[in-house]
Amino acid sequence: MKNKRTELIVSAISNGTVIDHIQAGNTFRVFRILGLENTDHQVYFGTNLTSSKYGKKGLIKISDKFFEKEDINKIALVAPTATLIEIRDYEVVKKELVSTPETVENIVKCFNPKCVTNNQKVSTKFKVITDHKGNMKLSCHYCEKTMDKSHIEFL
Amino acid sequence: MSKLKGRSLISITDYSKEEILQVLDIAEGFEKNTRQKLLDQYVVASLFFEPSTRTRLSFESAVQYMGGSIIGFASADTSSVKKGESLKDTILTVSNYSDLIVMRNPIDGSARFASEVSPVPIINAGDGANQHPTQCLLDLYSIRKTQGTLENLDIALVGDLKYGRTVHSLVQALSLFNATFHLVSPESLKLPSAVKKWIGDANLKYYQYTDLSDVIDKMDIIYMTRIQGERFPDPLEYEKVKNSYILNNSMLANSKENVRVLHPLPRVNEISEDVDDNPKAYYFQQARNGVYVRQALIAAILGLK
Repeated sequence: MKNKRTELIVSAISNGTVIDHIQAGNTFRVFRILGLENTDHQVYFGTNLTSSKYGKKGLIKISDKFFEKEDINKIALVAPTATLIEIRDYEVVKKELVSTPETVENIVKCFNPKCVTNNQKVSTKFKVITDHKGNMKLSCHYCEKTMDKSHIEFL
Repeated sequence: MSKLKGRSLISITDYSKEEILQVLDIAEGFEKNTRQKLLDQYVVASLFFEPSTRTRLSFESAVQYMGGSIIGFASADTSSVKKGESLKDTILTVSNYSDLIVMRNPIDGSARFASEVSPVPIINAGDGANQHPTQCLLDLYSIRKTQGTLENLDIALVGDLKYGRTVHSLVQALSLFNATFHLVSPESLKLPSAVKKWIGDANLKYYQYTDLSDVIDKMDIIYMTRIQGERFPDPLEYEKVKNSYILNNSMLANSKENVRVLHPLPRVNEISEDVDDNPKAYYFQQARNGVYVRQALIAAILGLK
């Protein structure tokens, strides 16, 4: 029932992508990361929507847009619980959880100002690791520094 | 022929335990016979983008003992870097003139990047605050030589454990050898949790202290490092703690017979000069061992050992 109500709050789209189950606090981060502020596509979004799973969630619908793997990886870094739903002709044709990648290349900036990636023309590369408390962290392939989520800045 | 042939050495974790031991074994051979002319007709490039005394001179001495030629520069001021040349271009150019490149660079991660663009192997002689694997290998060589083994030792690491890169690499490497770590530092310069994780992942133990005199008598190795006053936000705080990390000869009175005092050098005042004549002081021999270890690395990487 609750899911149905959500669908009613945010308009349906005929073709495109729905990003569902974003932790409510991260809706606008996902928005920014995907560059939706400047897109020509129709975008509908909601935040603090009721979710049986998470209490509150965010939801974004983008018409006529299907994402590349690189973009999905970006979403996984800030919204690891998100679901990606592909809509074609009002039908759900694909539904998948985003998955945190093992490595991320050239989408995140290294937080270490002395890292070679901030000083020479070098693409960034990180290993995605989990610390003993279960927090996701990024370990720079070059300077070997580890940064936590709060330091993540997208290129 | 060694598995190290043709491979760059950027971080101590690039080598397995067996590969570390292999380098130390080869280095023993160079200690017995330093002047093995293996590098006849070989050219080694030594690119030091920032000043260094021990590391640069011991690499150059290693090459010359083996009869090789050295090209390069001792500061970025005397290279094309000053004209704005990128690191990639410098490496690609120099690789045309040499069989192996030894590089020190103040930028973190520059060595890994250089190894990815270079057609010849790179030995990292220090990349900023990141890694200094040849120092780590010479520390391991010194520990094994003085203790007869690297296994099951009590090691005190003293001083700036937060920023000291030699300490971090040493912890990573000694975690392969079942060491027990005794970490002696001011509160504000404790070993970072990412480095402690190495110890935990290896199921080893560490203990933390704020006073050097609490650990001396039980140790096999006392590894001293320099505490820089400028690391402290409050100069008064530094004044209060600095004497807790100075080792003098009388403090060694009840230490174990086999204990040796190591220091990556340069020393400022953290080891009093009255320790120098104590047979337990080993830091100058340690620096000498750097030549054998670097000879071993160069020979192994060039496939000559």
